[in-house]
Amino acid sequence: MSVELGHFALILAFATALMQTILPMWGALTRDPALAGMARYSAFVTFGLVLLAYLALTMAYVGSDFSVANVVMNSHSTKPLMYKISGVWSNHEGSMLLWVLILVLFAALVALRGGGMPERLLASVLSVQGGIACAFLLFILLTSNPFLRVTDVPFEGQGLNPILEDPGLAIHPPMLYLGYVGFSVAFSFAVGALVHGRIDAVWARFVRPWTLLAWVFLTLGIAMGSYWAYYELGWGGWWFWDPVENASLMPWLMGTALLHSTIVMEKRDALKVWTILLSILTFSLSLLGTFLVRSGVITSVHSFASDPARGVFILGILTLFIGGGLALFAWRAPSLKQGGLFAPVSREGALVVNNLFLATSAVAVLVGTLYPLALETINGSKISVGAPYFNLTAIPLFVCLLILVPFGQSLAWKRGDLVGVSQRLLTAFGIAILSILVTFALTIGGPIVAPLGVGLGVWLIMGSATEVISRCYRRGLSWKVIFERAIGLPRSAWGSALAHAGIGLTVIGIAATAWGVESLAVVTKKEPLNVGPYTVSLEQAFKRKGEGFREEVAQFSVTEGTGARGLIETSKRVHTGREMPTTEAGIVTYGFGQLYASVNEILPDGRVSIRFYWKPLVTLIWGGAIFMALGGALSLSDRRVRIALSAKTKRAPLLNVEAKA
Amino acid sequence: MRWLLGLVLMAFMATTPLLAVEPDEILKDRQLEERARALSSELRCLVCQNQSIDDSHAPLARDLRVLVRQKLVSGESDDAIRTFLVERYGDFILLKPRFAADTVILWIGPFALLVLGGLVLLWKSRQGSHIKVEALDHAEHVQLAELLNAKNRSDG
Repeated sequence: MSVELGHFALILAFATALMQTILPMWGALTRDPALAGMARYSAFVTFGLVLLAYLALTMAYVGSDFSVANVVMNSHSTKPLMYKISGVWSNHEGSMLLWVLILVLFAALVALRGGGMPERLLASVLSVQGGIACAFLLFILLTSNPFLRVTDVPFEGQGLNPILEDPGLAIHPPMLYLGYVGFSVAFSFAVGALVHGRIDAVWARFVRPWTLLAWVFLTLGIAMGSYWAYYELGWGGWWFWDPVENASLMPWLMGTALLHSTIVMEKRDALKVWTILLSILTFSLSLLGTFLVRSGVITSVHSFASDPARGVFILGILTLFIGGGLALFAWRAPSLKQGGLFAPVSREGALVVNNLFLATSAVAVLVGTLYPLALETINGSKISVGAPYFNLTAIPLFVCLLILVPFGQSLAWKRGDLVGVSQRLLTAFGIAILSILVTFALTIGGPIVAPLGVGLGVWLIMGSATEVISRCYRRGLSWKVIFERAIGLPRSAWGSALAHAGIGLTVIGIAATAWGVESLAVVTKKEPLNVGPYTVSLEQAFKRKGEGFREEVAQFSVTEGTGARGLIETSKRVHTGREMPTTEAGIVTYGFGQLYASVNEILPDGRVSIRFYWKPLVTLIWGGAIFMALGGALSLSDRRVRIALSAKTKRAPLLNVEAKA
Repeated sequence: MRWLLGLVLMAFMATTPLLAVEPDEILKDRQLEERARALSSELRCLVCQNQSIDDSHAPLARDLRVLVRQKLVSGESDDAIRTFLVERYGDFILLKPRFAADTVILWIGPFALLVLGGLVLLWKSRQGSHIKVEALDHAEHVQLAELLNAKNRSDG
């Protein structure tokens, strides 16, 4: 019964989303305040209905209702509650429903917080959001309905894909979708601005918090996914330049560019047309990512439950929104007035260079991801584009950009002083060079790129520190005053410094992978094996039963010199329901590094075929990403940004806006 | 080719997956082993989803790793091994596509875009610097002075 209720709610949501698309836009174009005012209420109703549908499906999962095909295929009555709830988005149909839920949630939030926005802008933004929701609701209802019943109700479900049975499943997809879908708001704002032919700093002030919010979630989502792949796939890699990963990296790169260009627009009223284009491109890449993952046109280590037949539908949606957005841009953008002038050497100029590099690297990832597909369509030849390609194209672009970052952070708006900035950064530069020399001396004979990478990371961290220090320290000031000045800095300044230092940490973590050690062996009991600074030896191999699985465990003791450093366990696990074995890696963190164990096979004679890795500083890779997200969150809490989000601010007078438009 | 792939895929699914590079495969000669690792990380495991043979558990990947090592031991160069594998399996096996007529856009594209973008920016900024800010005329000067006076009076 509740399943049918959910199904009906979803159909009804399509109807209200259709209303949300057409009426407010009509109202905005004909300046009919009653129709434009429909936008907010229909956004709330659509959200309520999709939420109802989503809860109905979740209830079916929690109650193990095996009359629902989707539940049969992806759940099992013995699963822990966490995997019943997160099982909803472990599959195509459910994850699309989550996608739409987040989409309409964003629309409802915009409606809730949009009190201070010009009414026409709000109406057209919500109308575009409604349009996207319409398309995806139709997609779910026609091709991916999660509410279908089965005629022969089975006694038990088939269980979750064992690779997905992990706490990562509970966090990673919602985070990623909040990021992906969050960029739809920027897209809708861009289309709204194009429809009205009016765009200014106020527009940027409304868009920036949403972009920042989406960016924070996407950053966390990608980092989380990377760590999940690292411990789950069992061969110690954390980024594979895999199409599915690229699908999330592209909107992140473009979104990062967008984030920076909205700052320019908000502060200096410049780069308007470019910001609009970036808004459209960022969400286009989010849509493209959805298409790549959901359609099954690409092969990937992460893809699950994909179906080519659905690809055509998503391709249609893609063409409609990307094509439509870009066409509207081509038609209306020339009529937008360009704003504020700036000298090439200035904060604005630096941010333009940032945008150039970020956009180009996004294109490099895009080209590499789609090239095999395109080439096969054009001349039938099959090629592969893998990690070595991206290491040679995207990485150099990143490195160039990162070297320039501290300069950009220190330059003044409008007209910067490159010599002065260089002098200010001299200390930071010296420390970076020193760190290269010291790490090089400490690791003589090791890889040369690692100290250079560490130097780049230190350069970024010191660059951020310089920016903060130069804003609160003056010679002759007492420490108390300096401290007060530091406290008094806007939170967005701290946020920016934190985020850029976070990139530095990530870079150091990545550079340190070059110092990683790998040991492979078939070992007997108590036979010592050296892994970097540690020695491991097999304690025992045994069988064990857990909740919903059974496994063969190999247990090792770890010693460093003569001191014992605890135990590490790795296992071959078989989940009930699906008899596919997975390798559970054993990971122990020492300082910032990790010891990583992955069992190959436990042989009948008691010997164990094992691989161990020592990964120094590896946790900095994800730690840095957390710093980036924290920096973003801190900026989001900045007063100026908060005001733009606040519903309490007075509604901008409609008349004034019309008069200027 | 299709049936062969299917057959291999079936063989893959029938056996328990093993982990990549097993201990018994490792060559005694450290330099050769390093070359083998570098080479195999650029070769695609043909039956897997986007994994190199160095990372893959599949039996075919193992066979290829052993083959690469045998050829290295017999003194063949990296290029010769790559060419041999491409003749046997096609360009699909190379994770790092070769620079050829149909991969020009792939290799040059991003950098060309960077250069193009840079040139456009340079051109734009040149154009921007030509825009002259018009000086105030007499009437505006008077107006400005009045405004400033008014402000000074209200401050004082």
